[in-house]
Amino acid sequence: MIGIVNYGAGNIFSLTAALERLGLKYGMINSEADFDLYDRIIIPGVGHAGTAMKKLVDTGLVPKIKSLNKPVLGICVGMQLITDFSEEGNSQMLGIIPVKTLRFQEEICKKVPHMGWNQVYPDNSCPLFKGIKNETYFYFVHSYFIEFNSKFTVAFCNYGIKFSAGIQRDNFYGVQFHPEKSGEAGEILLKNFAHL
Amino acid sequence: MLAKRIIPCLDVKDGRTVKGINFVDLRDAGDPVELAWQYSRQGADELVFLDITATHEKRKTTIEMVKSVARQINIPFTIGGGISELKDAEALLNAGADKISINSAAVRRPELINELAEAFGVQFVVLAVDTKNLPHGDVVHLNGGRIPTEIKTQDWIKEAEERGTGEILLTSMDKDGTKSGFDNVLLKQINDMVSIPVIASGGAGNAQDFIDVFQQSDVDAALAASVFHYGEILIPELKQLLKNNQIEIRL
Repeated sequence: MIGIVNYGAGNIFSLTAALERLGLKYGMINSEADFDLYDRIIIPGVGHAGTAMKKLVDTGLVPKIKSLNKPVLGICVGMQLITDFSEEGNSQMLGIIPVKTLRFQEEICKKVPHMGWNQVYPDNSCPLFKGIKNETYFYFVHSYFIEFNSKFTVAFCNYGIKFSAGIQRDNFYGVQFHPEKSGEAGEILLKNFAHL
Repeated sequence: MLAKRIIPCLDVKDGRTVKGINFVDLRDAGDPVELAWQYSRQGADELVFLDITATHEKRKTTIEMVKSVARQINIPFTIGGGISELKDAEALLNAGADKISINSAAVRRPELINELAEAFGVQFVVLAVDTKNLPHGDVVHLNGGRIPTEIKTQDWIKEAEERGTGEILLTSMDKDGTKSGFDNVLLKQINDMVSIPVIASGGAGNAQDFIDVFQQSDVDAALAASVFHYGEILIPELKQLLKNNQIEIRL
């Protein structure tokens, strides 16, 4: 059963709706004890990464999250939270995966936010992307991205610059796109996570 | 590559879709959820619901509709119409809408854009602009193009971008309903001027119009209503044709 960390960072209606459609059971995590009720954890998030981090710190759940050895999936800003640092508000993040969250620069000559369906190139050996082919489209909405890293990037995307669409370190996973809005491909990914 | 988006637009009133819908295998053409589901199955990249519910009391049905759509479909959607306060937007966000579009209320009180962007992020705020070409230039119109303002379309869009709108939905009232193609010249001008995504609206009559708008203006998305609802253009065929014309498309 999936536990969703409830720290007040944006709306999670679409995420819970997607889990319900897929028949995946879930519940909300509001306290440290709640983590024991679930065998995998999702950290959602939309909006400002710095603000989201502050809200997460305020819950007091940070030490517990860092110590988890169950599969954890950060989605969008939830993914950015597990990095070291975000240029959004120059904020320290959880530091679980040693990569940085950066802003799309004007030099790439692209529109920001990066909004819409873009192609993802997954690492075939990553179980989160099992059954997802190269160049599969996922739905993105973000102005900040996680730098490409040869060690921790498990799926990349190009938008003027090559960046991380998915990252992994041990049991911690993160995806920049919204699987709950990415049609069938997103549903495959959520099911993969549920069966890790 | 980031794909160009194809967006069907549905008019809803009191939680039901209006305008004739002509899908063969549709059990209830007035059910926005079933229609949305059909469109997502056909490969629509996103949906826009335009709420034309007249009274405030009946807006509760709109919230229920948004929830049902969010429960059932797995692609993003925008809802617009009658949003003039933060609490309207928040209710829609909490019901599962990915974006909201604002129009007249932002023209009357431009600070609304800043407030929405601050509260929910720029990615949540779409500015819909109805424009008409008058002898002295392109002018913003209100109430579905019936009331002209004093505001130049280009100036308004630039201001809105600075205030924090995340996307522009530009409807050419000169083209809307004519089926003579999108207003590619104006769309290119606007698209070159801003650094946020632009959705073209008004004038789609056939598949070639979609090829033209993407090739000539390079906008990010094209929206249409009746050509999709009446089955005059089938989305899978349209998308294949766009792809054959070297336009980046999600198939």
